[in-house]
Amino acid sequence: MAKKKIMLGNEAIARGAYEAGVKVSAAYPGTPSTEISENIVKYDEIYAEWSPNEKVAMEVAIGASISGVRAMSSMKHVGVNVASDPLYTASYSGVNGGLVLVAADDPGLYSSQNEQDTRCVARAAQVPVLEPSDSQEAKDFVKFAFDISEKYDTPVIVRTTTRLAHSQGMVVLEERADIPDKIYERNISKFVMMPGMAKVRHLHVEQRLKAMEEEGCDFPVNRMEMGDTSIGFITSGIPYQYVKEVCPEASVLKLGLVHPLPRKLIEDFASKVDKLYIFEELEPVIEEQVKSWGINAIGKEAFTKQGEYSANMLRNVILNEKTEGIKAEQVPARPPILCPGCPHRSVFSVLSKLKLHGAGDIGCYTLGAVAPLSVIDTTICMGASISSLHGMEKAKGKDYVKNWVAVIGDSTFMHTGINSLMNMVYNQGTGTVLILDNSTTGMTGHQDHAATGKTLKGEIVPAIDIYNLCKAIGIKHVTEINAFDLPALEKALKEETARDEISVIITKSPCVLLKGNVFPNKCVPIPEKCRKCGACLKPGCPALTRNEDRTISIDETMCNGCGLCMQLCPFEAIEKQAK
Amino acid sequence: MMTKSIMIVGVGGQGTLLTSRVLGGIIQEAGYDVKLSEVHGMAQRGGSVVTFVRYGEKVWEPIVEEGQADVLIAFERMEALRYAHFLKKDGVLIINDWRIDPITVVTGAAEYPKDIIQKLSKSHKVYTVNAMEEAIKLGNSKAFNIIVLGMAARHMDFAKEDWLKVIERTVPSKTVEINERAFLIGYEG
Repeated sequence: MAKKKIMLGNEAIARGAYEAGVKVSAAYPGTPSTEISENIVKYDEIYAEWSPNEKVAMEVAIGASISGVRAMSSMKHVGVNVASDPLYTASYSGVNGGLVLVAADDPGLYSSQNEQDTRCVARAAQVPVLEPSDSQEAKDFVKFAFDISEKYDTPVIVRTTTRLAHSQGMVVLEERADIPDKIYERNISKFVMMPGMAKVRHLHVEQRLKAMEEEGCDFPVNRMEMGDTSIGFITSGIPYQYVKEVCPEASVLKLGLVHPLPRKLIEDFASKVDKLYIFEELEPVIEEQVKSWGINAIGKEAFTKQGEYSANMLRNVILNEKTEGIKAEQVPARPPILCPGCPHRSVFSVLSKLKLHGAGDIGCYTLGAVAPLSVIDTTICMGASISSLHGMEKAKGKDYVKNWVAVIGDSTFMHTGINSLMNMVYNQGTGTVLILDNSTTGMTGHQDHAATGKTLKGEIVPAIDIYNLCKAIGIKHVTEINAFDLPALEKALKEETARDEISVIITKSPCVLLKGNVFPNKCVPIPEKCRKCGACLKPGCPALTRNEDRTISIDETMCNGCGLCMQLCPFEAIEKQAK
Repeated sequence: MMTKSIMIVGVGGQGTLLTSRVLGGIIQEAGYDVKLSEVHGMAQRGGSVVTFVRYGEKVWEPIVEEGQADVLIAFERMEALRYAHFLKKDGVLIINDWRIDPITVVTGAAEYPKDIIQKLSKSHKVYTVNAMEEAIKLGNSKAFNIIVLGMAARHMDFAKEDWLKVIERTVPSKTVEINERAFLIGYEG
């Protein structure tokens, strides 16, 4: 009997890469794509790495493809923006060994800064897109993506969403295909994209898409499921599951190839049903094209562009069932927060005390934007903290940024922050950059990077030293401080923000969730000494609560013993537990 | 059989993912089709987290929606209140009688709701356990979620031996014994 396993969508994608004979994988972590690489690394047959950013990862995969092996890169939707430069031109060059980009969209914004739709990027880059709808298809579609990548000489995007990436389902396992390496032959008309060559390749791109639009009608990833013809749905990905849940009798055209659209197949389906719905999350990509062919269909008039779809959405619209009648209780919100013992909380307590504004970045520390810390003013994209601070200074002058700091984590600094810092040096910025070095990529669940000294494969390698890196690009004032040393932090922040020169403060303390990072002893309150001032509560550690009599309790199952509350208490009313 | 829908709700960091792995394991053991859906990333940092589990002959949708859950397992009282409307009319609600204040309560912006269990008992079949206390007695506070799962297991149709078998192969090897004992505390009361 075939071996079956429950697999996360991302685990199934990794398995698909393995079975497809992939030899090289490069990625930068980003929810909801991270577990792809974390599972690929379990296959010894595949070289897998964390690259410093998605552009580099994409280029590593492109290089591997040019050399003749199957290669894959994976990233979240906004990562595709970073990788779009190589992607758009790799579209012209095409491939030697198959080349697949897995792009993970986030409808509903579970862990992202926007809700962009990768299919729009793919249309602009003229790259085909496959969209699976469960774990089994995630694996199968990755394999199929490599086949068509080589057949049509194109990179292929496999588009997933959070719901697919983080759902588990049954997967039938197969063996790894033995794919011989393609021979590399020098071919500058294909791999050197200067204008004269690119002009010719652009024609190839157009022909390729035309061919796929026609031949795609016979691709096994597209499926017409005819039933009751009074209602028909064109759908793909996870929304297909909602259609089957709510309207099992309806006719469905389930698209696996969502760019280019298999036009004849769609026209054929549309002619067979009375009322046609297009059920796609995010942008009306299928809908606008189908309508442009003169086909009547209902799409975004009935369904939203924003957020994740659901079966209840269909129950409301199609069956006219009122599900919003089921009312939720009004309960206080429980937003995500920094963990107990998080070094960012300590640093932010000082920024808050000094009333400094933070130009923020992407990472756990974005959570410093909300109460009670309220120190982060801006969050745009990876690396933007440093460059946007520089822009503020150039707009308003040096004094304006004396009560601002750029706040960026170590992994984000290595990603693209370093470029922004080089710009500040070059263009004589005078701002203060705070690098919160917690020795990991925290938010996505602890991935290594070039400054941690360990690779995705777990090999110990020389760590890039952020302090010396800053020195080497010409910054005179670089300070390293323990993130829990409040007096030193306060002193450094006052001095460096006052200075008319660029400076970097690196706060060092590993993420409290990293294995082996345990503070000795937990914190316990001494109620007799407590004056109920609430100073300990200010940074919002979730282990602390106020009692009825306004003294405090510390939840010992949550406390990590960082001692921040102890340092903040003016009356020595918190101590470390005796061992 | 009709597709069954189970939800596990709690606070990020409480270990909902391990519980759902055990649940997925037992369902697979029984030969059903199954889909589980989880929350990773930012929401895991102390936020309200939900895991959906659906199983049956053929499962389409991977999530559980309002009014659809057969069993709701809540690792924290207020989270039980937040998601109780996901239960079917005759659905079962398992509550770990434990309070974790959200930051909105810590800062005084909101008040932690009172009498949650009494309130929910009026409209639902509620079973409670203070699993944290029990787990601390066992010697490992982290095992509390398997105690809660044991209690929920009373309302599902899988054999005790199969549960123990799945726990053995799912949890870290050093914690097998303590997790098996934790399961039995919940299962046998």
